Amino acid sequence: MPQFRACVSVRLRSSVLDPAGEAASSAATRLGVEGIKNLRIGKIIELEIEAPDKEEASKRLELLSDRLFSNPVIENWSLEINSSSPNSLT
Amino acid sequence: MTIGVVVFPGSNCDRDVRWAIEGCLGAPTRFLWHETRDLTGLEAVILPGGFSYGDYLRCGAIARFAPVLQSLVDFVDQGKKVLGICNGFQVLTELGLLPGALTRNRDLHFICEPALLSVSSSRSPWLAPYPRGETLVLPIAHGEGRFQCSSDTLKKLEDEDSIALRYQNNPNGSISNIAGITNAKGNVLGLMPHPERACDPLTGGIDGKEILKALIS
Repeated sequence: MPQFRACVSVRLRSSVLDPAGEAASSAATRLGVEGIKNLRIGKIIELEIEAPDKEEASKRLELLSDRLFSNPVIENWSLEINSSSPNSLT
Repeated sequence: MTIGVVVFPGSNCDRDVRWAIEGCLGAPTRFLWHETRDLTGLEAVILPGGFSYGDYLRCGAIARFAPVLQSLVDFVDQGKKVLGICNGFQVLTELGLLPGALTRNRDLHFICEPALLSVSSSRSPWLAPYPRGETLVLPIAHGEGRFQCSSDTLKKLEDEDSIALRYQNNPNGSISNIAGITNAKGNVLGLMPHPERACDPLTGGIDGKEILKALIS
C-alpha cells in the first residue's frame, strides 16, 4: 500500500482575535525585533497515511481536517501531501 | 429521577456536580464513564467542567467522539435536558449541539472569580424562574471561555431568544457578552459559569441552585 506524508496547517480565521499571537508579538518587540505585524499562531499537524492512491489519501485527510483537526467556526486549514517510500520514514 | 454526570478522562468538576445534585437538591446521580452508551433511566445529563482528554487539539475536540456523546445526541433529540458547564459547554459546541465556539480569553489569563451575570432569556426551563435582566452571581474558572460565532449565528441566537446569560463586565471578551446559550428547543444549556459551585450559602451563594433545579423539574 502506498504511503503518503502529509502536513495540515490549521489557522485561526482572520476574523477571530488571537490574543496569544498578540502576546508573542509584544514579546518580539521586547526582544528588540521591530517591524513585526499581524503575528498569528496556528498549528501544524504532521502525519503519515497509507492509502491506495493520493486521491484517496487526500479524501481521508480532508475529512480529518474538517472534522477533527480544525473547528470551522474559528479555523481554516490547508493540506500538503507528498508520496513517501516506507524506508524514508525515519 | 436520576441525573447522569458524564466523566471523561480529565473531568474535574464531576464530583462537585454530584455533590450539588445529591447534597443540595436531593436527587440521585449516576456517573457515566465516557465509554458507555447506556443512558437508560436518566432524566437529564450534565457534562461537567474540567479538561476532557487534556483539552488536546482544542477544548472538547476529542471528547466529541466519545461513545457516550453519540448516545447523548439521541437523548437530546428525545427532548431530554442536557446541561454543559464550562468544559461541558465547549464539548457541546464541538459536538454541534450548540452553535459557536469557545476560544482563548481575550487577555490570556485563566480567570477564576465570581461573575456578575444578567438573565437574557427566561424562555427555557433553565432560567424560567428568573425575570429577564435579573442579576445572578456565579463563579467562573476558565482560560478558554471567549464565545465566538459568526454574525449570522449571533442573529439566529438573538432571533430564537437562545442567549440565556450575559456577562455584565465581559471578563473574557465573548461576543455580545455571551456567558451561556440554549439550543432552539431550549432543552440544552451550555454555560461557562459554574452553577454547581453556587448551591450552598457556605460556598458563596445559591444562584446556581435554580438552574440545577431545572434538571429535576
